[in-house]
Amino acid sequence: MRDTGPSDDMVRHVAPDGTAVGDVDVGLDEGDLRELLRLMVRARRLDRECMALQRQGELTVYPPFEGQEAAQVGSAFALGPSDFVFPSFRELAAAIARGVDVVEYLQYHRGTWHGGAYDPIAARFAPICVPVATQIVHAVGWALGAKLDGIGACALAYFGDGATSEGDFHEAANMAAVFRVPVVLFCQNNGWAISVPLSEQTAVPIARRAGGYGFPGVRVDGNDVLAVYAVTRAAVERARAGEGPTLIEAITYRIGPHTTADDATRYRAPEEVERWRRLDPIERYRRFLLGAGIVGEEFVAACEAEAEAWVAEVRTAVTALGPPPEDEMVAFAFAEPPTTLTREWRERTDA
Amino acid sequence: MPEFTMAAALNAALADALEEDPRTLVFGEDVGELGGVFRVTDGLQRRFGRERVFNTPIAEAGIAGLCVGLALTGWRPIAEIQFDGFSYPALDQVISHLAKYRMRTRGRVSMPVVIRIPSFGGIRGKEHHGESPETYFVHTAGLKVVVPSSPLDAYTLLRKAITDPDPVVFLEPKSRYWAKEEGELTSDGLPIGRARVLRNGDACALVAYGAMVARCLEAAEKLAPEGVECRVIDLRSLVPLDVEALADAARETGRVAVVHEAPQTLGMAAEIAARVMEVAFDHLEAPVARVTGLDVPYPPASLEHRFLPSVERIAAAVRRVVDY
Repeated sequence: MRDTGPSDDMVRHVAPDGTAVGDVDVGLDEGDLRELLRLMVRARRLDRECMALQRQGELTVYPPFEGQEAAQVGSAFALGPSDFVFPSFRELAAAIARGVDVVEYLQYHRGTWHGGAYDPIAARFAPICVPVATQIVHAVGWALGAKLDGIGACALAYFGDGATSEGDFHEAANMAAVFRVPVVLFCQNNGWAISVPLSEQTAVPIARRAGGYGFPGVRVDGNDVLAVYAVTRAAVERARAGEGPTLIEAITYRIGPHTTADDATRYRAPEEVERWRRLDPIERYRRFLLGAGIVGEEFVAACEAEAEAWVAEVRTAVTALGPPPEDEMVAFAFAEPPTTLTREWRERTDA
Repeated sequence: MPEFTMAAALNAALADALEEDPRTLVFGEDVGELGGVFRVTDGLQRRFGRERVFNTPIAEAGIAGLCVGLALTGWRPIAEIQFDGFSYPALDQVISHLAKYRMRTRGRVSMPVVIRIPSFGGIRGKEHHGESPETYFVHTAGLKVVVPSSPLDAYTLLRKAITDPDPVVFLEPKSRYWAKEEGELTSDGLPIGRARVLRNGDACALVAYGAMVARCLEAAEKLAPEGVECRVIDLRSLVPLDVEALADAARETGRVAVVHEAPQTLGMAAEIAARVMEVAFDHLEAPVARVTGLDVPYPPASLEHRFLPSVERIAAAVRRVVDY
């Protein structure tokens, strides 16, 4: 079984019990520190709601991210308004942190549209991307474009531990280094690629791969939101300064199944899940904030109440989503549909 | 009248596009100082700089994936894949992303991307250097697929492909790179989606694209003294397909033969035969004939003449159709 304990070479600012490890000043003011908690609480509440909605038949297959809130929120929070995120398919918490319209996002899981129903350009958040690792190449392309434009922005690609086995990961990492583009390769190493453990995926720590491409690789405690924020912030600044890519390996854990169609009890022990529950990122950060006197219990309660109300609104909006107008299927495939297509559609709708 | 090879015409199209639109980029393997293995990008890096014309690592999926990201930042990528047989690693990015992005984003994000691929056989190439990959792309909804047959039209088609809002797979018949044609280059002219009639005749319509167009013209020349006048149609655009031109040809000649290098099964000829049957069944005097490559992997150089449609095989097919 995979080593699930803390690792010595991991960047960490807050220990699992909520106590500070060394300097916890990551350059955020108290408002931002509170916002990180608020976002993680919201994210978890919505994730659990989505699981419930799927069980109730209101969503199609859903990939939960519980346990990965700090990895996603901490990294997304380190980005500026011009930076651009390239998610895979489990980054709803990052989407929340980036201010993506979650109802539009959930059209994908509702089955009313594909994963780009929100405005990706305005949201600075690319469409949900399912083919594993392919989005990392897009991030490199975007970063190359941003570099040519001299806009001082960077791209951040999210992917999992399994994605590092794909050829596209290698091509993207190599091109990112050769072109020296402003990109952050953010790996959420949650230990499992569906049922395949990390030990069957790679023979070396993922962060160490970066050395082979010629850029830094950083391991961070992915359940420590401040550490994730700090290493991502440093990588973003490095990218914007023209110093090229960084690979971040955030060590975290997928508490739930791969998706609602998966049965994780078939391949992993309940003790492992329990051990990671005790490393919960939100509980850790809540204790830290309370201990540091940055928030009181009433703030935590207010966050939870606010998340509850927000999720109720999202639920109402998502369950009201119906199928789009049928002709959108034809309208959006090409800028101007070929006559062969319009004729085929007309014959079908006239029949 | 100036004279151009197809390679020179394509080079001029790239140069003129780079000149006119500062958002265009040209990249691929060896396209920089070398000017591409077929010299189609010759001199472009020197003229437009290393930022707009650049080499990439040998990474075809990466090249196609870069196009997606660059298009998201408002650039217009014109990528070169070095050879047909090396376009397959890029298929995932092309099929899963380039072709789907507009639909996925409800029409918000377009992919004005051109993927140029030197394609088809007839150059006594090694394995992987004589493939006809068009069906893979044609069958992928969301792409346009074009194939020029002559230098002047290659210029027009490439200019139109570059300004097209949707991704265009541009298959260059490498055996015609050095064919010459006299005339003026123009970015006006027939749009993508329209076929052109290169020779008129009422006995049979020969439908082809790429290098097979010249062979069809030769076959038509050979058949004329026999009193068999062929109409030769250069498809140019495989997607969108000019069904009107095919319908006219079938109605007016009653006989159609389709010629391509690709293996027969599910090749363009199968699609064209079905389309012709749907729109002009009552006008057909004979079954649609297919003159194609064989359903085998592309053979070694010494056998490619037996794989590719020859002038004789095309002429024989026309005689069969006419005598049906």
